[in-house]
Formats: sequence, structure tokens, C-alpha cells
Amino acid sequence: MGGNNTEPFGRSSPPTSSSPFRSPQPLPPTTAADTQASVYSSSSSSSVSLASPSSVLPYVFLFIFAACVLIGFVVVVKMLGIVRRQASIGGSPSTVLSEALRVFRPAVPASRNYSSAKEMTVREALNSALDEEMSADPKVFLMGEEVGEYQGAYKISKGLLEKYGPDRVLDTPITEAGFTGVAVGAAFQSLKPVVEFMTFNFSMQAIDHIINSAAKSNYMSAGQFNVPIVFRGPNGAAAGVGAQHSQCYASWFASCPGLKVLMPYSSEDARGLLKAAIRDPDPVVFLENELLYGESFPVSAEALDSSFCLPIGKAKIEKEGKDVTITAFSKIVGLALKAADILAKEGISAEVINLRSIRPLDKATINASVRKTNRLITVEEGFPQHGVGAEICTSVIEDSFGYLDAPVERVAGADVPMPYAANLERMAVPQVEDIVRAAKRACYRSSQHAVAA
Amino acid sequence: MAMAALLRRQPFWKPAVRLLSEKTVKAPGFGLLAPCFREHAMGRRPSPAFLWPRRFESTVSQEHLQFPDDDDNHRDLDFPGGKVAFTDKLSFLSGSAEARIPCYRVLDDSGHPLDHSGFSLQVKEELAVKIYERMVTLQMMDVIFYEAQRQGRLSFYLTTMGEEAINIASAAALKDEDVVLPQYREPGILLWRGFTLQEFANQLFGNEADYGKGRQMPIHYGSNKHNYFTVSSPIATQLPQAVGVAYALKMEKKDACAVTYMGDGGTSEGDFHASLNFAAVTESPVIFICRNNGWAISTHINEQFRSDGVAVKGRAYGIRSIRVDGNDALAVYDAVHHAREISVKEQVPILIEALTYRIGHHSTSDDSTKYRPVDEINYWKNSRNPVSRLRRWVERNGWWCNEAETRLRTNIRKQLLEVIGEAEKLKKPPMAELFADVYDTPSSNLVEQQRQLAETVRIHSGCYPPDVPV
Repeated sequence: MGGNNTEPFGRSSPPTSSSPFRSPQPLPPTTAADTQASVYSSSSSSSVSLASPSSVLPYVFLFIFAACVLIGFVVVVKMLGIVRRQASIGGSPSTVLSEALRVFRPAVPASRNYSSAKEMTVREALNSALDEEMSADPKVFLMGEEVGEYQGAYKISKGLLEKYGPDRVLDTPITEAGFTGVAVGAAFQSLKPVVEFMTFNFSMQAIDHIINSAAKSNYMSAGQFNVPIVFRGPNGAAAGVGAQHSQCYASWFASCPGLKVLMPYSSEDARGLLKAAIRDPDPVVFLENELLYGESFPVSAEALDSSFCLPIGKAKIEKEGKDVTITAFSKIVGLALKAADILAKEGISAEVINLRSIRPLDKATINASVRKTNRLITVEEGFPQHGVGAEICTSVIEDSFGYLDAPVERVAGADVPMPYAANLERMAVPQVEDIVRAAKRACYRSSQHAVAA
Repeated sequence: MAMAALLRRQPFWKPAVRLLSEKTVKAPGFGLLAPCFREHAMGRRPSPAFLWPRRFESTVSQEHLQFPDDDDNHRDLDFPGGKVAFTDKLSFLSGSAEARIPCYRVLDDSGHPLDHSGFSLQVKEELAVKIYERMVTLQMMDVIFYEAQRQGRLSFYLTTMGEEAINIASAAALKDEDVVLPQYREPGILLWRGFTLQEFANQLFGNEADYGKGRQMPIHYGSNKHNYFTVSSPIATQLPQAVGVAYALKMEKKDACAVTYMGDGGTSEGDFHASLNFAAVTESPVIFICRNNGWAISTHINEQFRSDGVAVKGRAYGIRSIRVDGNDALAVYDAVHHAREISVKEQVPILIEALTYRIGHHSTSDDSTKYRPVDEINYWKNSRNPVSRLRRWVERNGWWCNEAETRLRTNIRKQLLEVIGEAEKLKKPPMAELFADVYDTPSSNLVEQQRQLAETVRIHSGCYPPDVPV
């Protein structure tokens, strides 16, 4: 429990090291395309091995020298071009340097860039969805802190500034309340803003504009002023970022009429739901997860099409089963699937529902599943009181009470502000074991002593 | 040495720049300067290698990393925010300027045009009379509707008394395409743009003809066909929204600007500061009009801020500002007219502070005699009233008289009583409107709820008020 060697979340990338401050976090270099960020960390040097027989040594040295002269010449020529461009737009030396070094990295255009044709990270999925929607509709524009020059605090908007220019990718001053209000006004008039919050924890500084200005305006104005806006950004716990960077806001926003709340899990979810959100004429809160950004998922050919769109308000049954229903959303879907595998070995067939849409909640799918399995576990990362699980539980009791063979259980985060220490953090967030235990309890398969665990 | 000293100053053909721009390097004649003079001309100390052939441009942008030695050649230095002159005196800038920002006015308190007025616009009889008539209408509207609330016929009302000039004169200076985002004390803009008294009354009574479908409290008017955004209660939220609207107008390349209003109290909100900052940074065509009326409910402006009013704050954000006599309709008209021209032509924000006095209570939920002297209220009502001031000017020009006044007031009073009667008689919005407009298309749960409610009302019709349609 104390060591860092166990990775309960099964991420394909190691956790980002981060400070509790709001500096953008450096990326773990997962693919060649992402090593651009490592410019800010210690520079990587290329090593040259010199194991060779002594007779050939002088010629090897000569060859290396000539190669260095040639490379140096190329660098100087490129520097002129890059630096001249940077100087003319007032770039500082560090950006000049990173720009120059970019020559030696694989080109990273705003278009899709994934290792194999059929797999995509969530980050790439979001980037491609943004790119396609901005390209299809000139009214769509992106604004937020660090979305432009920095390519996005989590590199979601990589390449977009270069492609669409500063009119459509706006780096904002540090005022969530300010830029959210500005975006709502732009949406009132004619544009379709996509507002990025560096994390949804900071959306609280703007929550008046999200609720009172965006969510309620269509209703208050009786349809005269609608707000086709998308608020997106990472939500929920990351790794070691402490209380003010780890809260899950799903239930906060989902309780407000006038908003739609979407939470993708896989890359296909991310692409389809973001496109649907941008095209929707109502305000949509799009809650992503920082730890999922680097995860790769297979994507179908249909999902890669630029007109691909997922319906809002429909959940997806990730895994069919017949003994117990497990509802989950965002990162927890991964844990629920792992739990389902473990349960399968013990003879319990669990049905895992990926909610995708928290508001409107797909109560039909949930209830149909419960009527089939007769048992329900709701799993979420956020605080338990007034959470999503509470809403699902009530819905099932209202509609399918007679079908329940066991009390509904909700597995949620601990009712404490998120601690920082890794061992404490691990205990504050649901793990695979918690889901397995809860499912067994619902199937009356647990021992007496484990009930209290 | 003398030559070097001469050249240390910025050359006349080049404005001060932070970094050497491409344009400057390529300016005609620049390359002809001998390398030694060129270094000086750029405002930098020459490097040791100035006699060598022209250096690569790549080092130009890194120049500002080379900090000069402690010599007298440089009294200023590039910081990321630009060049700043050094001083060797430690002194704190005073919190307020020596003199307060002066206030622009055209007419004096008794309606005489000032001798050396800078007023240049032609306000002909037709426009002047229209402005005056609308101000009177607004004044009377407030009196009658306020009375209706006191009689229990309305739940709530909020008057604009004392601020009629700001309302009507600013609206007159704008064009219909300009998008207005009000706080809540600006119904005069709607009145000017053609909102009828009946339409006002419908919103107040929340009946089926209300454009807001009975969704909002009284005085929360809104009309997209008049480019007037629905009033929203939280203070100052309309300010950043106005910047967003202005940004959208800029992207659409429309010949229009966004205009937004706030009170003195609204300038304390975070949204005020964020929106001014944003407007300046995004260079959006938005006009911020602050009605500094001295009171934010019971909070006097001495307790609201300690700056020289609001106009001084514009400069802090890099925005052109003006202070104007808000009770002088012509001054307001002039200022807003020119502000609009500048804003649209140069695509910049403008801040206008209009000094005035809130003669009425904050709203019908307030009794301002509890926190301010009645004498003060009466003084402003009788001696400094904007409506009477403009009246004197209009009469002096021979465009108005007592008979016209009586005729107008009787007419408006009659109309107001009629519209109130009509609005009261109309039915309330149907129950189906309860669920509409939450989303663009209702979600399935709302459709279901609506169906259930309709069913319940049908079955238990005796339990529901009969005059509310389904």
C-alpha cells in the first residue's frame, strides 16, 4: 500500500509528477510526438557510441566531425527562419529555442497522429474532434488559459493555434469568471465557444456564469437567447494533486436544469461526445479525466469519420452480464471492467454500463439492466452525499423497486477533501477491490466480516 | 561622444518598440546606417563586434538578455511589459491624482447652454422633442407602475427616477444594431427602441403575451428583436458577456458595438475588472456606461470604493474613459455618440462614467429614507432633475410649451392606466410553458413530466385554479 509500484488504474503511462500549484504539468513522454514537452525539463542529449577497432577510429572521428559540421549548418539555417519568425511576433528566447528544437522532432500537425491506424489516445481523440468541428463551422472557437501558444495545459489543443490563428484560439488572462462570461456573451450573439478550464476545480470561480448566465438563459428569456457553448476540461482526481485539484463536479452540474453533462471514457466516447456537445444548441459541460488523456483505446472506422457523433443521453453497455449491474462513468469504467473480469472468474456475471451522459441520465437503460440482473452497484469517484449514485439509486427505486433482489449499493470516493500522500489518496478513491466486494455483497456472496469493509 | 549621445535617443522614424521588428530592420535607409550608429539607433549599447559584418538576425531577439553594465548609457530597460524609465528616487504614487477628473457638461443646471461648450452635434427640434417626450414617458411610467405595486397589483418594481437622461439620451446616440446588455435600471433604452407600454406591462404582469412567458420577475425585460438582452439579476454579469458579444460582432465585421450598463456598485464586482481587462486585451468594440448614482441600495459610494469614481479605473486597464454629467441629456448624447464612433471605427472599448443621483428608492423592497436624508432626495428631485433641465432648454428654443406638457402627461397617464388594465385581464402563460425552453428540444424526462402533470390536472381539475390554462 505504501509503495508506488502498484498502479491500480492500469494506465498505459506513468503518473505525471506535479506540484499543487497551477503550473501546467509536464507530460510523460508516451509517444514520440509528445516529447516536445521535455524541452522544459532536462534536455535530453543524444549519445554516440564509439565502440570500434583502433585502426578505423580516425576515420570514424572524421566522419562524425563532418556530420556535425553539416548538422550545425542545417541548424543555423533553420534558426534564422524560426527565430526571425519568433522575433517578429515577439517571442521570448525559450519559445524560440523550443521552436528551433521542434525541427528535430517529428512534425506534429493538428491532424490526427496516432501510433496505429486503429488505436487512439483520448488526447488525440479530443484534439481531432476539436479540429474537425472548428474546420467544419467557422463560428466554433476555443478559449481558455494556455490553450494557444502553450498548445493546451494538457496539450489537448495542440496545433490548433497554428492552424486557425489567434482569432479562433484565444489565450485568456487569468480570470475564469471573466472569460466564462465573455464566452457566454459571444454565444448569446452568434459564436460557438468551447471554453477550456484548466481543471474543473477552477470552474467554481466561474460557476455563476455557467449556471446563471448559460444554463438558465434560454429559459429566462423564453427561447430568445440560447447559449450554444461547451465547457470542457479535466475533472476529478488525478494523481497527487491534493484537495483543490481533485474534486469531481459531475453531481454539481448535473443537478442544474438547462445544462447537459457528458463524461467520456474511451477515445470513441471522447470524439463522439465532444462533437455532439459542440453541435448542440444548449450549454454542455464536458468533464474529461486527466489520467485518461494518455490512455489508448481502439477506435472503429466509423468513429474516425468527421461526421461521427454520439447521441446525448444514451448510456453504453460496455459488457453484458446477467447477475449484477454496475454503473460507472469516466475513469471508473476501466476499474469496473477489471472488477467484472475478476467477478467472472468467481462465477458472477456483471453488466457494466458506461453512463456517458450524466444529464440527461439514461434511466431507461439503467432500469432495463436492473430489471434483467435484479442487483445494482453504482460506482463514482466523487463525494458520496448527493452524488450521481444517489440519483441513480432513487431512479431505480422509483421505477424498478419490485425487481430489486438486494439493496442498491453506491461505491463512491471518501467523504473527505482529497489528501495528497499517495497511500491516503489511494484510500480516498474507489479501487477495483471495492467494486468487487460491493458486487459480491449484492450477490450475497461475501462473508459476514467483509460486509463492514 | 556627442554623436553617440544624440543617437541614443530613439530615431524619429521609428516608434518605441520592445523588440526589433522585421519591419524596422527592413526599413529603407536602416541598413545604410553604419553598424556602429545602427546599434545606437536601436537603443542598445553597441556590442564589441559592431565593426564586424552585419550580424545574423537570430541574435537580435536575444539582445534584451544582455544586460548592460552599470554605466550611464542606459536609463531604461526592456521588461516583458515594455520599456520603463528608471528613477533613483523612492516614492510612492499617490492613490489619487491632484485634481479629480473633470465632468463634461453642455447645459448648466437651469438648462442654459454653457458659453464655451464643446458640443458640436446638431440636435434639431425633432430629435430634441423626441428625447424629451421619452424622458417624460419614462418618468411617468415609473410613477404609475410604482403605484401599481404599492396597490398590490404588481409584485415588484424598480424605478429609474433621476436617471432618465442617461437612459434616453444614450439610447438616442446609439443605432438599433448596437447590442445592449443592461443591468436593470435601463428600460429607457427599450422604450426608445420602440417597446410599447403594453409590452412593458405584459412583462410586469407575467401574462401570456409576455415575451418572457412569465418566467421572470417584473422589470426583467428582454427582446431580441430590439437587440436588448434579457435583464439578469446578478450584478455585473452582463459586463463580460458584453465583451463576448463585442468579440462576436468584431468577428462578424458588423458595423455595430456592444453597449452595457452598470451602477457604481457593480464596479466592485470581479466581473467588472475582468471585463475591462478582457475588452482591452481583445480590442473589442464595447462601451461600458456606468451610472454612478451615489448609492448601491444603502451603500454610499464612499463605502463602495476609494478611487476617484469610476472613470479613473479605465486608465488602469488601458481604456479611454470620460466622465460626463449624467443629468445633462445633451452631454450624455454627445459622449455616447462619439464613444460609439471611436469604438466601432477603432475597435476599442470605451468607459463612460455618468454622474447622477438615484432619486427613487432602490426598488419597491426598499425605503431609502431610512439611510439617507429626505432633504437630499428632494434637492435632487426638484433642483437637479434631468427632465426639468432638458425641458427648460427645449422650451427656451421654442420647441415646447406648457400646453404640450399637459397634453403629453395626460395622454401618457391615460395610456398607462389602459395598459395596466389590459395586462391584468390577460391570462397567465399555459402550464405547457413550464417545461419549454429548458433545452432547445425538451428532454425525455421533461416530456414525461409534462404529460404526467397535464394528466393530473385533468383528473383532479377541482384542485387547480381554473384561470390557468393547461
